[in-house]
Amino acid sequence: MDTAQHTGPAVFEARGLTKVYQMGEVQVQALRGVDLDLWPGEFVVMLGPSGSGKSTLLNILGGLDVPTAGTVRYQDHDLSVYNDTALTRYRREHVGFVFQFYNLIPSLTARENVALVTEIAEKPMTPEEALRLVGLGDRLDHFPAQLSGGEQQRVAIARAIAKNPAVLLCDEPTGALDVTTGIVVLEAISRINKELGTTTVVITHNSDIAAIADRVIHISDGRVASVEHNARKLDPRELHW
Amino acid sequence: MTALDRKLWRDLWQLRAQMFAIMLVMACGVATYIMFSSTLDSLQQSRSDYYRDYRFAEAFVSLKRAPQAVAPRLEEIPGVMVAETRVTAWASVDLPGFPETITALITSLPDHGPALLNALYLRQGRSVEPGRDDEVVIDHSFAAAHQLRPGDRIPLIIKGKRRVLTIVGTAMSPEHIYQLRPGAFFPDEQRYAVMWMARTPLGYAYEMKGAFNSVVFRLDGSRSVEDVIDYADDILAPYGGLGAYARADQLSHKFLSEEFKQLDTITRIFPVIFLGVAAFLLNIVVNRLVTTQREQVAVLKAFGYSNAAIALHYIKLVLVVVALAVIVGLAAGVWLGRGLSTIYMGFYRLPYLMFVLRPSLVLNATLFTAAAATLGTLLAVRAAARLRPAEAMRPEPPARYRETLLERLGFKHALAQPTRMIFRHIGHRPFKSTLTVLGIALAGAITTTGLFQGDTVGYMMDIQYNVASREDMSLTFTEPSSRRALHELSSLPGVEYGEVFRNVPVLLRHEHRSYRTSIRGVEVGNQVKRLLDTELRPLPIPVDGVLLTDYLGDLLELRVGDLLTVEVLEGNRRVYQVPVAGLVKEYLGLFAYMDIATLNQLLGEGRAISGAWLAVDATAYGELHQRFKRTPRVASVVERTQDMQNFNRIMEETMLYVAFISTVFSCIIAVGVVYNSARIILTERGRELASLRVLGFTRGEISYILLGELALLTLAALPIGLWLGYALCGYIASTLQNELYRVPLVIDTETYAFSAAVTVAATVISALLVRHKLDKLDLIAVLKTKE
Ligand SMILES: Nc1ncnc2c1ncn2[C@@H]1O[C@H](COP(=O)(O)OP(=O)(O)OP(=O)(O)O)[C@@H](O)[C@H]1O
Ligand SMILES: [Mg+2]
Repeated sequence: MDTAQHTGPAVFEARGLTKVYQMGEVQVQALRGVDLDLWPGEFVVMLGPSGSGKSTLLNILGGLDVPTAGTVRYQDHDLSVYNDTALTRYRREHVGFVFQFYNLIPSLTARENVALVTEIAEKPMTPEEALRLVGLGDRLDHFPAQLSGGEQQRVAIARAIAKNPAVLLCDEPTGALDVTTGIVVLEAISRINKELGTTTVVITHNSDIAAIADRVIHISDGRVASVEHNARKLDPRELHW
Repeated sequence: MTALDRKLWRDLWQLRAQMFAIMLVMACGVATYIMFSSTLDSLQQSRSDYYRDYRFAEAFVSLKRAPQAVAPRLEEIPGVMVAETRVTAWASVDLPGFPETITALITSLPDHGPALLNALYLRQGRSVEPGRDDEVVIDHSFAAAHQLRPGDRIPLIIKGKRRVLTIVGTAMSPEHIYQLRPGAFFPDEQRYAVMWMARTPLGYAYEMKGAFNSVVFRLDGSRSVEDVIDYADDILAPYGGLGAYARADQLSHKFLSEEFKQLDTITRIFPVIFLGVAAFLLNIVVNRLVTTQREQVAVLKAFGYSNAAIALHYIKLVLVVVALAVIVGLAAGVWLGRGLSTIYMGFYRLPYLMFVLRPSLVLNATLFTAAAATLGTLLAVRAAARLRPAEAMRPEPPARYRETLLERLGFKHALAQPTRMIFRHIGHRPFKSTLTVLGIALAGAITTTGLFQGDTVGYMMDIQYNVASREDMSLTFTEPSSRRALHELSSLPGVEYGEVFRNVPVLLRHEHRSYRTSIRGVEVGNQVKRLLDTELRPLPIPVDGVLLTDYLGDLLELRVGDLLTVEVLEGNRRVYQVPVAGLVKEYLGLFAYMDIATLNQLLGEGRAISGAWLAVDATAYGELHQRFKRTPRVASVVERTQDMQNFNRIMEETMLYVAFISTVFSCIIAVGVVYNSARIILTERGRELASLRVLGFTRGEISYILLGELALLTLAALPIGLWLGYALCGYIASTLQNELYRVPLVIDTETYAFSAAVTVAATVISALLVRHKLDKLDLIAVLKTKE
């Protein structure tokens, strides 16, 4: 792994990450020893086939899950030894998430879903601001059931960026979106990354999107298969797929 | 309002039907608790105020006759503050137009000034004027029963002489809150009248001039009541003293205390059962609710909400329901409590009722419900929060269903696909399914507790009046009489058969235990009054030894063959050792029985009798009553059918009120539980059913899958519910064992049928409600959002 161009300590430092899921008698090995460093302010895209362990890795980085073996460090936090309370505080203070399945609260409107996060954040933007950033300024008071899949996904993204997090982790944020909206969303993400220096990881199945990243990490079969640097990072507006 | 609080209100609103059902279930628990407790508090408070304000005596004694000169000696007994001598007289009332015998107990009022003890609470008119021999104050309830008013004339037969007195007032006395005439088990305000006359004229009429036959005491607290009793007995022994006794043994007080004790027991049982079931249900429902919101819990956690914050969120949700339940339950409980208190007041002759609602009751009800609800919520939230958010947020993996036993046994092809789905879903969640079954079963079980009371009372009555005491009339004499009286009675027209008895007040002792009651001497070869063994077979009277009511045997820790110490409280007041010859099954009262000849011998008296049991020709009642009214020796006449009616009336008024309320409440609970179970199944399977609809299943088919499961669970719950009902009633019966009555465990088939019917009806109602929801299932929404 090439770390030559970076100075100073990594934001994330994962070593020998292993994750085994016990499904009754069957063991599913989701991660098989991942070593990975993420640098401050970096925009990383993670690619890989379905079931290769991308979501698992992202969840561990975000403190949503703990590895079976190996260590993962965020700045001076050793996430692999954190208990539930410490992980909760870590997530609350540092991480913004976009989940693969949106996971909105069905009984709350778009605005309230975002407010749920901004209310407990330190220096958030307003829910309205966040929703406007993803182009939903006119759907503030709609309930998830009244929104399309793509709109729900955008609410989920607004919810993740609204708290101005230090780390932004997005699991297929554009999976359900058409090109135009996908670009709007990616722009919002990349703006957060650029303006706030937010370390950003985006999982996608769409290799075209990889062009907007600083680095592209290929995951396969629970391992980091390869890493490539983009010599020239595209602006999301230059994308087409 | 924070977004989280908004979610709370929206969730509540969305679940309103379920939450309303739970609220009702809890409110029923709170209401029963408040109803019983406040009734008990009110009655107790009213009684103790009444005792205090109307100076209820602390010790009592009756005697044959003592000259007034003895009175100062009684006042000088150490520890006595006031000793008031009185004359009490048995009489009968000869009301025109009322053919039956009315027994009157006339108590004297001091010639000057009001009674020092057991003061009258005048309801109408005034008290008697000193020395007036034609004035009488009568009991208020008796007056009301016969529509008698001050100014009316009332014919009394005292010592065989008929005299017509003027009613000057109606009153109540703390001495007669519970009124029982001799030989009866139940109050009868039509045929028993307590009255008051001035001392001197009553003394003349009752041949007690310058003498007294009753004393009541107030103590100053310097000596124990036992010491005072011993002193008084010593002084009065030469005058035919019948044994002084403390308040605890005073008839009215004792009955009241036993009833209060019983009410206290009921107060502990019913609300605990109701609240317990409500709490159990709440736990199940909240648990399911939180489980269905597993993902939302995960999202909250993912964004940094702490477990405590999430727990608090759900606790708030539950507490809103609890708060509503407490308010509704409190209002209903107070309302019902007032009703029940009023009913009790009707047959306890209390002049006023202070309705008491102790704040601690409200606090207890609130705390108990809140604690039960919170505990259930915490357990559920803990389970949901224990999951790593990453895991909880994944769509639930397709459940690992298995072929059910039925299918593996080869019935697979006999079952249609939807039927197989029902079985697999139940088998997939055996624990949850079991809880649902248990919940429905419990709801069914408590519906038996209301009707059971009626069943068992019916049974007690049947045994008491149709198997054991089969006399038509029971006569009690004012004092022991010669056996010749039986021949006179038997020769009266209409009397077909007669049997005599002797009643002797006694104190029974065994080791450190004692009980004050009476020994009944019964004739060998008794036909109408039969004693039953524990198998309810007639038991012959032994020539030697006593038979004891089985419960009395337990109370005194006596077994057959043990020696019982009998302290006779009249006549020679001797002490005997008598072997226990057997135990008698009796549901009402506590007695000892002996061969009357042996008893006479033991007392060193001739063939004395206290009364007789008669079999009477149905057409002769009226004439017999006329005759008995004029027989000075007859203190009271109780017709068996009347006593039964009195009993039924009291039961209808109190027990059935309670039974009715518990039945209504248990039906509410049953519907609440079953409806919630149905809704939970709907929540759990909504997506699946909507998917099936999308795949082309009809409404009928998916209804079949959902309601079939509910029906199957209900079917499984029915027998369990009946068994639980039996156990619950058994428990209730085991607590309804006291000196006044012992309730056997008897449950009629109709009660079981009712319980099953309520459960089935609750299922049908819930099914209809859920079916309505199913028809409105939003296919698009279900498929679009991932719950
Ligand atoms: N909670 C779990 N229990 C059991 N197995 C799991 C669990 N979570 C993930 N897995 C398994 O671990 C492996 C990696 O899953 P993961 O979700 O990380 O894949 P992914 O790369 O994100 O795939 P996709 O692109 O389809 O989202 C898969 O085989 C998956 O079935
Ligand atoms: Mg994934």
